[in-house]
Amino acid sequence: MKEAMIAAKKPAFSFKSALEQFLAFGSLILLIIFFSIASSNFFHFSNIVGILLSTAVIGVLALGSTFVIITGGIDLSVGTVMTLCSVMTGVFITTLGLPVYIGIIGGLLTGAVCGLISGIAISRFGIPPFIATLAMMMIAKGLALVISGTKPIYFTKSPVFMEISQGSLLGDLIPGFEVPNAVLIFFIAAIVGSVLLTRTIIGRYNFAIGSNEEATRLSGVNVRNWKIVIYTITGVFTGLAGILMASRLNSAQPSLGMGYELEAIAAVIIGGTSLSGGKGTIVGTVIGALIMSVLTNGLRILSVPQEWQTVVVGFVILLAVYVDNLRRRKA
Amino acid sequence: MEHPLVKMEGIVKNFAGVHALKECEFELRSGEVHALVGENGAGKSTMMKVLTGVYQKDQGSTFYKGKKVDITDTATAQKLGISMIHQELNLSQDLTVAQNIFIGREPRKAIRLFLDDKEMNRKTELLLKQMNLDISPTMKVSELTVAKQQMVEIIKAMSYESQVLIMDEPTAALSDSEIDDLFRMIEQLKLKGVGIVYISHRMAELKRITDRITVMRDGVYINTMQTADVSIDRIIAMMVGREIYQPAKSERNTGGKSETVLQVKGLMRRNTLQDISFSLQKGEILGIAGLIGAGRTELARAIFGADQIDAGEIFIHDQKVKITGPHQAVKHGIGYLSEDRKHLGCLLDMDVKTNVVLATMNDFTKGLGWINNNRISETSIKIVEELTVKTPSIGQKLKFLSGGNQQKVILGKWLTRDCDILIFDEPTRGIDIGAKSEIYKLLESLVAQGKSIIMISSELPEILRISHRIIVMCEGRITGEFNNDDDITQEQIMACATNRTSSAKTEREE
Ligand SMILES: Nc1ncnc2c1ncn2[C@@H]1O[C@H](COP(=O)(O)OP(=O)(O)OP(=O)(O)O)[C@@H](O)[C@H]1O
Ligand SMILES: [Mg+2]
Repeated sequence: MKEAMIAAKKPAFSFKSALEQFLAFGSLILLIIFFSIASSNFFHFSNIVGILLSTAVIGVLALGSTFVIITGGIDLSVGTVMTLCSVMTGVFITTLGLPVYIGIIGGLLTGAVCGLISGIAISRFGIPPFIATLAMMMIAKGLALVISGTKPIYFTKSPVFMEISQGSLLGDLIPGFEVPNAVLIFFIAAIVGSVLLTRTIIGRYNFAIGSNEEATRLSGVNVRNWKIVIYTITGVFTGLAGILMASRLNSAQPSLGMGYELEAIAAVIIGGTSLSGGKGTIVGTVIGALIMSVLTNGLRILSVPQEWQTVVVGFVILLAVYVDNLRRRKA
Repeated sequence: MEHPLVKMEGIVKNFAGVHALKECEFELRSGEVHALVGENGAGKSTMMKVLTGVYQKDQGSTFYKGKKVDITDTATAQKLGISMIHQELNLSQDLTVAQNIFIGREPRKAIRLFLDDKEMNRKTELLLKQMNLDISPTMKVSELTVAKQQMVEIIKAMSYESQVLIMDEPTAALSDSEIDDLFRMIEQLKLKGVGIVYISHRMAELKRITDRITVMRDGVYINTMQTADVSIDRIIAMMVGREIYQPAKSERNTGGKSETVLQVKGLMRRNTLQDISFSLQKGEILGIAGLIGAGRTELARAIFGADQIDAGEIFIHDQKVKITGPHQAVKHGIGYLSEDRKHLGCLLDMDVKTNVVLATMNDFTKGLGWINNNRISETSIKIVEELTVKTPSIGQKLKFLSGGNQQKVILGKWLTRDCDILIFDEPTRGIDIGAKSEIYKLLESLVAQGKSIIMISSELPEILRISHRIIVMCEGRITGEFNNDDDITQEQIMACATNRTSSAKTEREE
């Protein structure tokens, strides 16, 4: 009886979730095969690394967004908060001349504080997530411009900082395997995110809140506080994205960032996380982010103009959500 | 011979890993009330969902007035004149009562371009009056209690003037006087030749209202009988597949160890609660009786901190406490099971085990919030076995369980938490008769361990069966208190429950 109760779960469960994952994963593979055939320039180590590198920033943003979206909320501020975090890192390292690690901690903290404020606005003052984070988007954008004096902050005095994104620990270990650190950090962040979401109480409450917030509250869970925690986690991921971004550009660009939040949300949705909450995976988000950058990279190699690339991505989002709905109706 | 209204034969329905219906049959004549009974998970709701096109059958055939029909969706069923009141409430919480009733067929005016709200509200008013319902058509559904929402569902289904009306546990949250109104309406519909399918776990109702009874067990059709020819005991035996003994009245222990665990003084909440004072003893089951809208659920929510209170004091173990939210109530050792299973009880998209441990998640974590899945599994399997939850596994999503089995799971949620004070709001709602007596035994063993229970129920016999003490509420006030060892009668309780002295409003003194 006991074994049956748990065992019965295994085949039905893993088969289904495998199928769910397969949809996104399968499309990613199909895309890769398609572009490899269409252009001989696509499936090269350097190009694949390029794709991964361009996924890293959006990918980390999307990881963070996955958390709030699973609660049934949204964070529109991640794009500009990311910029604010880059700027703060720049201020610490270049303007104030503090050590690089302080700059990193400062960047992460900036993200955390922004997430914390959004979280408090949402759960203490009852402001809907859409509006609270829209406001935070403006605030962060403005602050980034004010603090930087609207000019980029360069990290030329601290060459180490560049290594965070562009160096290659893996390349040092395995000669020839020159995968930039940004990619490594992205995958580590994904593993951390996945563990948080599936193995810890934060993740469990995250899903519970998204599934039925009021029932969760009436089970004695301090939903308000947990939501603040979750928005803060999103903020930390955003801070990390900001650091990666700054390191990759070797500068904090205060006017960048707007619009990144939508790409992050798109990656999350393509990855099968539902905007209505209660459902989603980190693996899905990683695949979603990869699909987006494989698509843009492949289309560029095929010399499809930039404007058309955006159109295609738009249709892919429609398709992804439609297929997801179909599958759900069947279940 | 005239054709029956509905005939279903050899119906088979499988869900992933679950054989819900195995060659089931059912027949409904016009002008009859036909009960469909069986244990939780027997397949009653599924059978009726097949008839109304919510689910597609895998095999079998359906005949409507002698003609074979293929009901592929709910719209087809609606057109044929078949409507159903579902076990779970399906009203749009943000729309008004009238908007809900007329959704999809709103009265229009001026070349059908504009909505005719006036007409809609007028029609709704009429319908509400027929059912003696004292609510306004323009009230938002979210402001109504579960019982009233249930009444609105019933009115909505009736307003389609269907030939076949299926009621899936319509009375599960209703109290006697609303049930009387419902039964009066059913009698009228019968005279008009409407065929009614009546699903219920309240056995006493079957004798009162039904003409024939069909019993199902584990997805299998057992038998159909004339209600007049068969005893309730016989039906129960057929449902569970064996004779079960039913202790007449429980060997109640003395209860009330004269140690007050909870004391409420002068609790007030605008429009719902007026000057409520009572106390709860250690090892006691305190029943709260009353009609719809008496404020029982509101009282429970106020104590639990789910709603803010305007005045009043709460003492736990003689310590004054201030409870501003459920998480604090739980810290003080209070648990609360809501009456609204679908909206306030279940995480429908999550699995059985997560639902079971939702209130106790902290006990299943090691440092840094790391979750111990093995222990969660162990605990949920224990609950599943103890409460005989019918589910293929503890990894099954709650939405795939039958209504009664969902109820068992969320009841189990509070049993896993070691609360001193448990407030149960309609704990046996939708639970079959066999499981019910198991749950009564469980509650009795809980109080024997020194826990205290407040039990809200609209089923008076249930309250009389297991409470040590009973308080009765009416219009937000306590209008009566009884020790259950005297020979109190249902009539005495009903007298208090309808004691509407809203005139000379008693001023609050303290
Ligand atoms: N959508 C579904 N997916 C998987 N299993 C299901 C689904 N719907 C019902 N079941 C299973 O089919 C069986 C019959 O369920 P059904 O809801 O018909 O029971 P019921 O007789 O109405 O019980 P109750 O008295 O508790 O309402 C149950 O074991 C249930 O778990
Ligand atoms: Mg049912």
